[in-house]
Amino acid sequence: MGERLLMKGAEALAEAAIRAGAQIFFGYPITPQNETPEYFSRRMPELGRKYVQAESEVASINMVYGAASTGTRVITSSSSPGISLMQEGFSYIGNSNVPCVVVNVMRGGPGLGNIAPAQGDYFQATKGGGHGDYHSIVLAPHTVQEQCDLMYDAFELAEKYRIMVVVLSDGLLGQMMEPVEFKDWVDVSKLKTPDWAIVGKGDRPRNLITSFELDPEGLEKMNLALQEKYKKIAENETRYELYMMDDAEYALTGFGTVARIMKTTVKMLREKGIKAGLIRPITVWPFPYKVYEDFADKVKFFLDVEMNEGQMLEDVKLGVNGKKPVIFYGRFGGVVPTAEEIYKQFRLHLGGC
Amino acid sequence: MEPKVIIDEERCKSCGLCVSVCPKQVLRISNKINLKGYHPVELFDNEGCISCGFCYIICPDKAIVEVRRPEKVGV
Amino acid sequence: MKLIYKAPETFTKKPTTYCPGCTHGVAHRIIAELLEEMDLVKKAVIIWPVGCAVFGYDFIDTDAAVAAHGRACAMATGVKRAHPESFVITYQGDGDLASIGMAETVHAAARGELITTIFINNGNFGMTGGQMAPTTLIGQVTTTSPYGRKPEVNGFPIHVAEMLATLDGPAYIARASLDSPQHINQAKNFIRKAFKAQLLGLGYSLVELVSTCPTNWKMTPVEALERVRREVLPVFPIGEFRVVKGVE
Repeated sequence: MGERLLMKGAEALAEAAIRAGAQIFFGYPITPQNETPEYFSRRMPELGRKYVQAESEVASINMVYGAASTGTRVITSSSSPGISLMQEGFSYIGNSNVPCVVVNVMRGGPGLGNIAPAQGDYFQATKGGGHGDYHSIVLAPHTVQEQCDLMYDAFELAEKYRIMVVVLSDGLLGQMMEPVEFKDWVDVSKLKTPDWAIVGKGDRPRNLITSFELDPEGLEKMNLALQEKYKKIAENETRYELYMMDDAEYALTGFGTVARIMKTTVKMLREKGIKAGLIRPITVWPFPYKVYEDFADKVKFFLDVEMNEGQMLEDVKLGVNGKKPVIFYGRFGGVVPTAEEIYKQFRLHLGGC
Repeated sequence: MEPKVIIDEERCKSCGLCVSVCPKQVLRISNKINLKGYHPVELFDNEGCISCGFCYIICPDKAIVEVRRPEKVGV
Repeated sequence: MKLIYKAPETFTKKPTTYCPGCTHGVAHRIIAELLEEMDLVKKAVIIWPVGCAVFGYDFIDTDAAVAAHGRACAMATGVKRAHPESFVITYQGDGDLASIGMAETVHAAARGELITTIFINNGNFGMTGGQMAPTTLIGQVTTTSPYGRKPEVNGFPIHVAEMLATLDGPAYIARASLDSPQHINQAKNFIRKAFKAQLLGLGYSLVELVSTCPTNWKMTPVEALERVRREVLPVFPIGEFRVVKGVE
């Protein structure tokens, strides 16, 4: 803890990753996170750590896979179209049980889309954009400060569970400048090469990192082991924030940037005497279904707002399980809804209540 | 004399490469059948073998395990 | 009796899964011999491809990984950059290295990554049943060029060794052949130099090994060796195409 620095999100997340112990960064330019590889390229050599500019996001994620296989703290960063290119790698990493951190600074889509903020990659991140039954832990910060704090958790969770952790950011969190205070530097001298890593076998039997198992029953065993791991993660690492939910009669819900905007909407509603609150998942995988299940008994309806067609909406509905109405409001193309706009949407539905 | 070429019959896949490169033609595919159903190679003329090692060099399967040369007895 | 040759310990406790007469086994053995001779077995990390050699980790006993198809050079970059003390090798076939993996191969070479690539050129995609590959010859019949490869439809084969030798990142690029004991010995010498390039930190190294695929070429193993001499080596000649100072 110490000084407060005014930093752009894309750079702050890099500094946070470095202080959290990132030893090596692989990446490729893409807006709105170009500042991230640029920052790493400048900072890593200063600390005797490593930066490699890959020829594509396909190459980036495979370099990450290689470095992760040595048990080294490794990170890459990209934005939606680049993250699409990485999906094959995500699946391989998923079935190989190696730790790494991937940052997705989401932008407008689909396709080339644009460079404005969006939330259209929720499905891709949480339901698996890559093939097969794998999951990554997905953290969804809503401020530049939280993005920095979660970077430390990302590396720890990745190593604890030998899993990929995705930090689901967006163009707003990437480009805005906010004061941040970094947590203490991780003592990298304490980081040890894990006994499963491929670094040269020395005197032990050789290690193998693979996601391949020709025998169906063998592959089923691998999958069941993954499912066990995911169950443990869901039991122990689900996180969310409750904002003014103690006495709430109405629940607004969202993740990331939109959740932050909705905190203002909640305050606006409270000023009018409406007892609204916000449920904000911090881990969107594992998703806090139980929170919605519990609040479905207490609130009159849920208003889910996202910068997409309604992706987290499906998980909210699963949690609420039909007990109460779940209303959705979304914007596309990089349009960021305002607090007033959401307030108006809320009042619209309140009218019918 | 001890065999100059040590063959692991169970590894041989009867590919015939060693037979084709042997300069002294002392190897042949035998009539035996190994556990995998292949006819393994055999060294049928140990005397004629010059321990050149070509069979070892071309064998892909570690079926030619060792090649040895008799020690020259001093003159 | 004096021992002239003894198969290396590091080469395969298990019988290989390769077809009879396939030269993968020869390539594996000479690599294993060199790793033992140069005391690299304990430091080696081999990145295996998607292809017939996907199980190579069972045949050469070192730390290993199986990369996504084509991505071995990127994965190897990750391993070597994260852990430079490791001795990193990629082992790839034509489809893996020159088709889907061409970008990763070229860029690892251009960056001068301190890894060594062993490139098995047998003119087809073996594992999947013999489809046309970037190294398939004009006129060659494969399961996806049933009328023979035609330039106007399928373009021309790629000369990987010559192409990579135009870059500045590589320290050693060569092509050898596994069609005869003499050529196999030469191949081993070339690979020794490639390993030296990595050990001395001189740059990227690659040895292309002209190999056979008797099953998909639909010939006997011995006929396949003859085809290499008759048809393949005239198009893909043996040679050392880039040798920087210090590697000789």
